[in-house]
Amino acid sequence: MTARSVTEANFDQEVINNEKTVLVDFWAEWCGPCRAVSPILDQIAAENADKLDIVKLNVDEHPALAAKYQITSIPAMKVFQKGEVVKTVIGAKPKPQLEKDLADYLV
Amino acid sequence: MRQIIIIGSGPAGYTAAVYAARANLKPLLIASSVEAGGELMNTTDVENFPGFPEGVQGPDLMTKMQEQAERFGTEVVYDDVESVDLTGPIKTVTLGNGDVEQALAVIFATGSAYRKLGLSDEERLSGRGVSWCATCDGFFFKGKEIAVIGGGDSAMEEATFLTRFASKVHVIHRKGELRASKIMQDRAFANDKIEFTWNSEVVGITGADAVDGLTLRDTVSGTESSLPVGGVFVAIGNDPRTHLVHQQLDLTPEGTIAVAGRSSLTSQAGVFAAGDVIDSSYRQAITAAGSGCAAALDAEHYLSTLPTALLAQAGDTELVSAN
Repeated sequence: MTARSVTEANFDQEVINNEKTVLVDFWAEWCGPCRAVSPILDQIAAENADKLDIVKLNVDEHPALAAKYQITSIPAMKVFQKGEVVKTVIGAKPKPQLEKDLADYLV
Repeated sequence: MRQIIIIGSGPAGYTAAVYAARANLKPLLIASSVEAGGELMNTTDVENFPGFPEGVQGPDLMTKMQEQAERFGTEVVYDDVESVDLTGPIKTVTLGNGDVEQALAVIFATGSAYRKLGLSDEERLSGRGVSWCATCDGFFFKGKEIAVIGGGDSAMEEATFLTRFASKVHVIHRKGELRASKIMQDRAFANDKIEFTWNSEVVGITGADAVDGLTLRDTVSGTESSLPVGGVFVAIGNDPRTHLVHQQLDLTPEGTIAVAGRSSLTSQAGVFAAGDVIDSSYRQAITAAGSGCAAALDAEHYLSTLPTALLAQAGDTELVSAN
């Protein structure tokens, strides 16, 4: 399962107004670590589909949202609950470490 | 059990794999889950790797090395090594997913990791203006004034690359002259967006939610000053990645894995090391590749001296698992 992409147009609907906890992966094509962490996020998404929505936002295509959330380093993974950012994880990490960072939202 | 496991997937690891695979040792290469391909994956133009007169993109070079290793039968696993047991003739490697692999020989090509400044605000502002990867994060500093800390080739490369985005790049260096190669220095000196601040060390990074400046101390006069910048890229060198082995292998005073002379032989029989993890002086893709070649040849020679009963064990299990 590949995490679906969100855009400026559907960000409110997919993320802000989502009743579930959502992790937004801010990424870009030219970012090696983003490509490396992407399949790991897909796995976490597949294994935790009932607890967490994982979506991807391309910062190249949507610079305004990247600026709004003050992204200066990618991959940046932001967890949203009720429209608010409750957790930020920066940088590609191995799966066990990411799961540890996200533990509060995977239970 | 296998004949050989290679840990690391930079130029040293893949070159070792090409040689080991061509020697029919059917190597298993543990590539890492998120850093596969190593340091060159975050590099753009590689202009000094022989055979590429027009230069080559770091990720393209690593993909080609991987393809070459796989062509001869290298098995690549995208996982991290959790722990190793290097004592005795049979070496054990435990992976992040819990898999346990055994082999008669192991090559460490684990490279090095970015060095940090060691300032408390560095961690706090990491991802909020403090970065270690210009190719990943330069994009977010369009039109901003930023700083690069360091005086080596990677600092010059990052500074030059970042002028594509930034309005001005300050290079902060502790000394009065650069360590970088002549061509990289000349390129940086010729770039009018790059400004050098000499004999200065960074003693603080400021900013409440995001970086807004640096506190510098003049290494000659001791005077402190502040430099307003919106971002800071740290390129002050690398430390060899030896955390898996520091209880099991001898290290040098520089922190690299100690090897005998010009060989790849570590303090433990059957364990070899190659690339940046044994090299604190050259640290080039081509020297790492050469060192990986040496490690594979050393390992091949070592395996040829083992009792046939042991070798058969490595061979037999493989036949069983293949069926």
